[in-house]
Amino acid sequence: MDILRVENLSKVYGSLTAVDHLSFGIPQGICFGLLGPNGAGKTTTIEMMEGILSPSSGQVLFRDQPIGAKFREKVGIQFQSTALPEFITVKETIELFSAFYPNPRPLAEVIELCSLSDILNRDNQKLSGGQRQRMLLALAVIPRPELVFLDEPTTGLDPQARRHFWDLVNRIKAEGTTILLTTHYMDEAELLCDEIAIMDHGVILERDTPAQLLRRHFAGALVTIPEEAVANPSDLQKLTCCHDLEIRAGHVEIETSDLDGTIRSLLEAKIDLTRLSVHKPDLEDLFLKLTGKFLRS
Amino acid sequence: MIRQFLAIFRARSMEFLRDRGTFFWNLLFPIVLVAGFALAFGQPDEKVFKVGVIGPTAGLPALLSSPQFQQVAYPADQEADALKKLRQHQLDLAVAPAQHRYWMNAESGKSILAERLLADELKLAAGDESKLASGTATSSTPPPALWAKGAVTGKPIRYVDWAVPGVISMNMLFSCLFGVGYVLVRYRKNGVLKRLKATPVSALTFLVAQAVSRLVIVLGTVVVVYAGTDFFLHFTMNGSYLDLLLVTVLGIVCLISLGLVFAARFRSEELANGLMNLLTFPMIVFSGVFFSLEGAPAPVRTAAEIFPLTHLIHAERQIMLNGAGLLQVAPDLAALAVMTVVFLAVAAWLFKWE
Repeated sequence: MDILRVENLSKVYGSLTAVDHLSFGIPQGICFGLLGPNGAGKTTTIEMMEGILSPSSGQVLFRDQPIGAKFREKVGIQFQSTALPEFITVKETIELFSAFYPNPRPLAEVIELCSLSDILNRDNQKLSGGQRQRMLLALAVIPRPELVFLDEPTTGLDPQARRHFWDLVNRIKAEGTTILLTTHYMDEAELLCDEIAIMDHGVILERDTPAQLLRRHFAGALVTIPEEAVANPSDLQKLTCCHDLEIRAGHVEIETSDLDGTIRSLLEAKIDLTRLSVHKPDLEDLFLKLTGKFLRS
Repeated sequence: MIRQFLAIFRARSMEFLRDRGTFFWNLLFPIVLVAGFALAFGQPDEKVFKVGVIGPTAGLPALLSSPQFQQVAYPADQEADALKKLRQHQLDLAVAPAQHRYWMNAESGKSILAERLLADELKLAAGDESKLASGTATSSTPPPALWAKGAVTGKPIRYVDWAVPGVISMNMLFSCLFGVGYVLVRYRKNGVLKRLKATPVSALTFLVAQAVSRLVIVLGTVVVVYAGTDFFLHFTMNGSYLDLLLVTVLGIVCLISLGLVFAARFRSEELANGLMNLLTFPMIVFSGVFFSLEGAPAPVRTAAEIFPLTHLIHAERQIMLNGAGLLQVAPDLAALAVMTVVFLAVAAWLFKWE
């Protein structure tokens, strides 16, 4: 059963269609990733689903009902950027938000869940990027939400802080909470999400589990050779092994299901393989393939 | 609801108390201003005598039309007003030519001096006229009636006594407009309001908590500033402190409501700031914070009635200087109440979280 569903959702700003007739559902209990480059319409979509932004057309259904007054008590939201009330500490902020909900999680549990014990008495304004995101996540989990929205929660964090944040998200997931996550980090989506939808120009291009998507779009391995190592790239096209070939950003990329055969052919063609690399295709490659854009723009 | 209200009230009040800069500014600014007025205008050094002329001016001694005297006209039925001003040293003499009476203030050196000049003039005039009357049988002039002297007593009202309600009210205006209007616009701009919109808190609960927090803060500041400066300056207080407190509370509520109108929609702090300044400056000038508008043209005085500050300051001065009760300042209170309702309705109608 879908906990949240959107039907024919659109948002139009003047001549710009930010979100174009989206319809999809989020099954209960999973982590659903909404992926796309900057400007794809992710934030507009998620804010309409949160009930913050009103759609130009279409509707959002929470447990098959249009979202209403009780919706806010059942969901937790972490916006992409939020200022916190000034001159109060992390603990006071959590107490403030706890007062807003009918059945809030006890303070100690929030602290434990979001690893806040070290920054409890720190002023909101003096938090680092990672601490801030932990704090904002805490605000999202206070109501014991059935559904948590996380809008690009790790953008701008250093790798260690991101990893720490993922641990926290996994803890929340383990409680059975449904999560809707937007991100433009592929590794994040691959690690956290059970299902992903790839979005660009306000529409969803693909939707499936990460593994299925990769299986569907990539035959096997990706072989990359610097362009200068190949005297005449068009020669490669003649090789039987290398029909699926693209030249991108100074590299020749060959997608192959027969790695042995491909390398043999390349050797036969007397191509310098010193800087050849082979890797398993990931969502990054998939995204590039689907949209022609790099995600981390 | 109550729990949400108390939590927001507490957070907002703590924000104010912990923001040291704003906190001390709110306290120090009015104190410095009041002290400055007391020092700068402590010694009245007006060179002319002010004389209140009650009723028709026919028969006014010529002396009172000389440049050393400045006349203030009072209709015949406002004799009491003129005498009150005389008691408060705002007039040096009061004369009623039609009644052949004059009054002086026995506690004012200037009044004593003015009376001596007037008495000489009257004696001289009486002598001239009696000479004329006895020398000419055909003269129809009746013998001049002697002018009756009345004396009042009363301590002077210093400029600072007059100015303190204005200065404190002006500070309240800033604190209410900027503490509510500006702060909420900043909350809207940086996303605090958006975050709250995503919670079950209603806009009404949030705004009422903001307003009540500001009311308590401003009232606390006013009490501290008033008590602190009164300790040194001993302001004239002829009315009831309870009345003054009630008027002040109503004034603060009204000014906060005005702040909420600004807070309702704007996203840009610069725009909100500019518009608030655009409103506060004329309001300060025309509400009589620093100088009285009694001498201003009637249309200006009527236009000034539109400002809540005008009514607030007027009511406070009536209570403090003239010992008025709530009934006497009822028109001002009614005006403040109506304005509050209008401001709140407009703010509620315009309000958007984002």
